[in-house]
Amino acid sequence: MLHRSLHPICNRLSVVALAATLACLCAGCGEAWNNPYSALEAADNTLYTSFTERPKHLDPAQSYTSDEAEFTAQVYQPPFQYHYLKRPYALIPDAAAALPKPRYFDKAGRELAADARAADIASSVYEIRIKPGLRFAPHPAFVAANRALARDVIDRKFKLADFGESGSRDLTAADYVYEIKRLAHPRVNSPIFGHMADYIVGLKDYGETLKAEVRKLGADKSKAAWLDLRKFDISGVKVIDSHTYSVTVIGKYPQFLYWMAMPFFAPIPWEADQFYAQPGMVEKNFSLDWYPVGTGPYMLTENNPNARMVLARNPNYRGEPYPSEGEATDRADGMLDDAGKTMPFIDRIVFVREKEQIPYWNKFLQGYYDKSGIASDNFDQAIKSGSDGESGLTPEMEARGIKLRTSLATTSYYLSFNWLDPVVGGSDPTTAERTRKLRQALSIAMDFEEFISIFLNGRAIPAQGPIPPGIFGFKDGQGSMNPVVYDWKDNGPRRKSIDAARKLLAEAGYPGGRDAKSGEPLVLYLDTTDRGPGDKARLDWYRKQLAEISVQLEIRTTDWNRFQEKIRKGNTQLFFLGWNADYPDPENFLFLLYGPNGAAKADGENKANYANPEFDALFEQMKNMDNGPERQAVIDKISTLLHQDAPWIWGFHPKSFGLSHAWMKNGKPNQMANNGLKYQRIDAALRAQKRTEWNHPVLWPFVLLVIVLALLAWLGVRAWRRSEAAVAVAPGQRA
Amino acid sequence: MTAYIVRRILYALVILIGVNIITFWLFFKVNTPDDIARLQLGAKRVTPDAIAKWKAERGYDKPLFFNARAEGAKALTDTIFYEKSVTMFAFEFGRADDGRDIAYEIRTRAPASLALAVPMFIVGLGINISFALLMAMFRATRFDFWGVVYCVAMMSVSSLFFIIAGQYVFSKLWHLVPISGYAEGLSATKFLILPVAIGVFASIGGSTRLYRTIFIEEMARDYVRTARAKGLSELTVLFKHVLKNGMIPILTGVVVVIPSLFTGSLLTESFFGIPGLGSYTIEAIGAQDFGIVRSMVFIGAVLYIIGLVLTDISYTLVDPRVTLE
Repeated sequence: MLHRSLHPICNRLSVVALAATLACLCAGCGEAWNNPYSALEAADNTLYTSFTERPKHLDPAQSYTSDEAEFTAQVYQPPFQYHYLKRPYALIPDAAAALPKPRYFDKAGRELAADARAADIASSVYEIRIKPGLRFAPHPAFVAANRALARDVIDRKFKLADFGESGSRDLTAADYVYEIKRLAHPRVNSPIFGHMADYIVGLKDYGETLKAEVRKLGADKSKAAWLDLRKFDISGVKVIDSHTYSVTVIGKYPQFLYWMAMPFFAPIPWEADQFYAQPGMVEKNFSLDWYPVGTGPYMLTENNPNARMVLARNPNYRGEPYPSEGEATDRADGMLDDAGKTMPFIDRIVFVREKEQIPYWNKFLQGYYDKSGIASDNFDQAIKSGSDGESGLTPEMEARGIKLRTSLATTSYYLSFNWLDPVVGGSDPTTAERTRKLRQALSIAMDFEEFISIFLNGRAIPAQGPIPPGIFGFKDGQGSMNPVVYDWKDNGPRRKSIDAARKLLAEAGYPGGRDAKSGEPLVLYLDTTDRGPGDKARLDWYRKQLAEISVQLEIRTTDWNRFQEKIRKGNTQLFFLGWNADYPDPENFLFLLYGPNGAAKADGENKANYANPEFDALFEQMKNMDNGPERQAVIDKISTLLHQDAPWIWGFHPKSFGLSHAWMKNGKPNQMANNGLKYQRIDAALRAQKRTEWNHPVLWPFVLLVIVLALLAWLGVRAWRRSEAAVAVAPGQRA
Repeated sequence: MTAYIVRRILYALVILIGVNIITFWLFFKVNTPDDIARLQLGAKRVTPDAIAKWKAERGYDKPLFFNARAEGAKALTDTIFYEKSVTMFAFEFGRADDGRDIAYEIRTRAPASLALAVPMFIVGLGINISFALLMAMFRATRFDFWGVVYCVAMMSVSSLFFIIAGQYVFSKLWHLVPISGYAEGLSATKFLILPVAIGVFASIGGSTRLYRTIFIEEMARDYVRTARAKGLSELTVLFKHVLKNGMIPILTGVVVVIPSLFTGSLLTESFFGIPGLGSYTIEAIGAQDFGIVRSMVFIGAVLYIIGLVLTDISYTLVDPRVTLE
């Protein structure tokens, strides 16, 4: 009975085993099972990469983060761009025909010489000529009928393609002017409006005019009619002819050209503004924030920021030659192999949203992402340090043909003192000397070389001042060394001993870490938003560093909003911050210490509230100077002053480490240019081959699992049948 | 029963108003409208003018609960609370703080959440009940003992461990399924197999032990003894009598969670890159987006109330002795 009942089970087991074996055999000749993309895309000229944070704004007037620039910089064409290969970073024309030379005028409107003193210059005029023949990517806004749609028609549209016919037209100077006007639009909220209104002649008044016009149109944005900005002009921004426009800025402002390399100054066609202003569009997420329209090499064809974004080649982009010159090592690195060839090289770029590090890293190793950064968790798997301290790839990475590219970021991280604080600040002249020595002592004690080694896997260089490498004014070697914190020994800066810090501390009035007058221990407070389990080690390290000079450090953890509020109100003592360059100019870092920019006083970017009239005078002198020995001399003076005052503990400048697969070409890190995707090239055939090679499905565990489950089922059935057949008393035991 | 349901709906309105007030109060206790504006505008070059503009644009420039400058009813209606709350009862969620339509997001994300949660729920429920029945059937044997040990062990391990281990073994080592990602339609299957399997595997434990206890208790009842005495097979006893009667307490815990499947799974969606409502909520909390948080809390409350009403109704369906009055 039992034996017979097992037959069907055995038969079923055989079928399962047979099916599994067949599957094993099939797998050997099939595609990879773990491929997250369609098999049909395998040989496509497509670059696969990822993004973590969904972009909030794709409207060039509003977008300001690097996450967003990853998309906007490929779609829009500002007048200027950064040279992809040359260092130091250099501006070159993008949509503009050439870099304009500003014309200077005095208060009476008389034109001044190019080398006029900044103090004499009342205004500067930039005249920009656009290359002819540039065209917008196809978009339904260019079809007149699509700009006069009924609400019920819009309600039936779900994506841009639903609007049917698309059109295009030539780019004109008026499109650039239209975008500058949008910076002042009360409904647009451009983050740079406040700053630009201080420079572009007439922009502030223009903002007021638009406010009044918007009030007339009605308060509800979704129901309000389109405000045609062509009807209102900015006094300082003029269309000269179809391909030329001019911008007048107040005084001398050489950094203005850098701003014009950002998407804030990209062209926007009035048709798009009118199209998206139709009632019902915003409710369906049809807006410039969601569907950009530009003249750049790519256009956004799929926008699902929750899962993936796709850029496809703009069919109306007329191409641009790959650069034929760069740094000395670029030719040997193969960076000039494509010199003169027409860009872009890649047809499609797929950005997949990847919020967690583990799947992101593993998909890169499986070949499903073409490039990757390196998180701390994966650092040891990817990078090994040589005896000379140089970082290189581990054998595992080298075996896969992965390439490592490193570059120093144009970023400074620092531990800031609050200048208004009575203990560590310098605003009170009676205690200025004492607090200066205290800050210097703390600067020595805070050993950022150790910090970089422990917490950053060596991926940074200690900072000697606020200006990071790659920016004019940064100097390497003994000349740039901070003599307050370092001594020059063995051809390098060596941090002063902890005894030197103790001596300064004693001179500051805290011998042995105690107030010489009251005998109370010196307790300092660090405000931070770090409060996760992973942050504890770093916070302990801060405490340990100050404990070396017998100073106690209390950590005050808080959320981001309260942290910002404390800084704004000047209620902090010590806090850690960083600044990423907007543009490669020392002014963009030194303004962080300019007195009138104080956070507590003016809600500005000088979070330290540092105020030193000597620094302010030097900064004002330096900011409008052209790069050259004279400007460097002023920066050197500033550096010396800052080293002595120590308003920040100069932290570090991070190094970015990037990995790319063997099939990726022309990948050179560029900290300023966000439009780098047009330069990239891929070998799709090699990628397809490697993906198959690296991702053979392993099926034996699956087969084993099926067998084990079948065995367990069989044992269960057997046990159940036994229990069913069991009797309370065995036949032989009956009385 | 109709009167009962109508009464529950009226209670629900009061509960929803309460939930809304508490959400609003808690959120604005932690954040001011200025904080929200600063968070949205970023950390660089934010001017007081830009903040004022942002707040005015989104209606955050009004008082929270009471507008002392307004007259009559407007003192209550011309406030952030009123303007942000009233429309929600008509299921008009408005726009998120980044300007995007919340209803659109919910519509596009809900299918992904359901595609993950529904199979996980159905398969998980089936396996938990089957496993519990087996343990009850083989109670006081080695199978039962090790089964309980296994359940306790599973309850002690974080679901994050299962996710990371599952991704490592099935995707990285054995290359059987994609490690993360999502696609529309049937193409989603290959992305959902692993998270569903892990979700089901990780859920074995608490529920199975509870169901086992219910079944064992049920098996000790007189009607089961009677059924056995009649000579019914153990399978008939289990499936026709024990399972049916054991389902009443199981329904308590099961039906109430059905509507909330819609709101998604926070951790699984995040690790597997599934663009569902769970990750939407967690991102909104991280970004302190009041528009999304209040909408998701409101939806969660509505679904929970629906779940409770459905549970009550389901009692009447499975147990004729229960009537709703």
